[in-house]
Amino acid sequence: MASSASVASRPKAVSRPKVRRRGPLTYVFRFVVVAYLVLLVAWPVSLIAKQTFADGFSTLSTAFGDEEVTAALGLTVRVAVVSVLINLVFGLGISLLLVRYRFPGRRLLSALIDVPLSVSPVVVGLSLVLVYGGRDGWFGPGLEDAGFQIIFATPGIIMATTFVALPLVIREVVPVLEEIGTDQEQAARSLGANAIQTFRRVTLPAIKWAVVYGVVLSLARSLGEFGAVKVVAGNVGGKTRTATLAVEHKYQQFGADNLASAYAIAFLLAAVAVACIVVVSFLRPDVSEKR
Amino acid sequence: MTASVAGLGGRSMRMRRSVAGGGLSLASGVGLGTALLWFSLLVLLPLSAVVARATTGGWGGFWETLTNPSTAAALRLTIGMAFVVTLVNAVMGTLIAWVLVRDHFWGKRALEVLIDLPFALPTIVAGLVLLQVYGPKGPTPIDVANTRTSVFLAFLFVTLPFVVRTVQPVLLEIDRDVEEAAASLGASRITTFRRVILPSLTPAIASGAALSFARAISEYGSLVLLSGNLPLRTEVTSVRILTYIEGGRNGNAAVVATVLLAVALFVIVLLDIIQRRVTRRG
Repeated sequence: MASSASVASRPKAVSRPKVRRRGPLTYVFRFVVVAYLVLLVAWPVSLIAKQTFADGFSTLSTAFGDEEVTAALGLTVRVAVVSVLINLVFGLGISLLLVRYRFPGRRLLSALIDVPLSVSPVVVGLSLVLVYGGRDGWFGPGLEDAGFQIIFATPGIIMATTFVALPLVIREVVPVLEEIGTDQEQAARSLGANAIQTFRRVTLPAIKWAVVYGVVLSLARSLGEFGAVKVVAGNVGGKTRTATLAVEHKYQQFGADNLASAYAIAFLLAAVAVACIVVVSFLRPDVSEKR
Repeated sequence: MTASVAGLGGRSMRMRRSVAGGGLSLASGVGLGTALLWFSLLVLLPLSAVVARATTGGWGGFWETLTNPSTAAALRLTIGMAFVVTLVNAVMGTLIAWVLVRDHFWGKRALEVLIDLPFALPTIVAGLVLLQVYGPKGPTPIDVANTRTSVFLAFLFVTLPFVVRTVQPVLLEIDRDVEEAAASLGASRITTFRRVILPSLTPAIASGAALSFARAISEYGSLVLLSGNLPLRTEVTSVRILTYIEGGRNGNAAVVATVLLAVALFVIVLLDIIQRRVTRRG
């Protein structure tokens, strides 16, 4: 019933004008909110596009002509894809375990899963260095002797990125799994389907969209991670410098070309972020209305 | 089959499955083990390493790091500014959620996108875009670069979604008949809001505020280009930690990191208590 409130408000407004009338306050609120969001978000973000295209496409072409920039973008895409895949598999597994099974420590695990959301990216980086750092980490020296360098190399960047985006898939999938219940899964099982068939044919279709949102949000977060990556990456141009690190590096260098590259990368990252948000918000209009 | 019976059936089925489900129980056990191992290697162990490293210097070392003038100033600035920003968010976030739920106008959909944008925008880009408008070369006379106001602005930007997104669903669920009843009994709009709507929104506002506080105290990327990172003036805690790391002083970095972790943990526990209280009230 409450779900239809926003939809039903218009017809009701005609029959009971006393309560539903739009007072001047409505317009004041609307103006304040729009002005706040434009000044804080829309205007600044739109200016980055303006900066990038101030002299046509020359900024973008300058940036793409720079091997350091293309290497940084390539590294970011590779890292983001790997870390999204890890978080997808791990997130689906944890979500199913948390919702469908009861085991000691379940509540604790459920609370701990959210921890990466409230840990400072710099602390994430520091924590990984303290365990996997080659010089004085807990496992780092041993792993480096065995030939695995993690910190100041791509595995470290992937771990940092995976760490910060870890809860996103789980947070999307768990509520949906809880809502759909187990009736259909039990029916499938009683009809002779095995666990994998049940998951593929019954559970997965039901949580499909939640998984998609989770993946899109993780992708946005992974492409944009900065602080944690900065600590573990070492920021070597062409090798361990990701796109976000390149924005900082190029911005702090002198010269118009470097500044142009910084704007171009920032614009690309912002464009992907906007695309991710638009995709999610247009894919799930009815969820936010119904909830 | 009635709902309660179905519920009971579901629960016993679930217990049976996890306790004596044969192959499935083994598979889920292995799955749980693998997931826990990965989670420990990636998150739990590294975070414990931070706490372990912080305590190697004993209380003396802990205290010495925290009373370092730059570190103390950074902590004061970060926590103080996060507090102010959280207050602003509690008011503005509720107002934004209100307008999004109750008002209807052209372009509302675009506002929804704007609200989520700070969540998806890379923080370094967030700093860069704020600098475009509120920096030295911006179109406005306002120049916050290298001032404390820039910290406020950056915090405000990155924490925008939290209160809005926690209050909005609750506001959608609120039964409007109660408001109408209050109004028909002679309550003014302000009284109706204060006595009828606000109490049911308070838990959501509180948990949104807690999230935005936790986000603000841990912010780093958006400040790199914006605040100038001047020690004692505009340096926030995360920048301070990075300064220690880059100076090879991981021990000091771990101490400050532990303080941040403790505050984050406190906020998570608080959030859990608030949510549990709300579910109990049902």
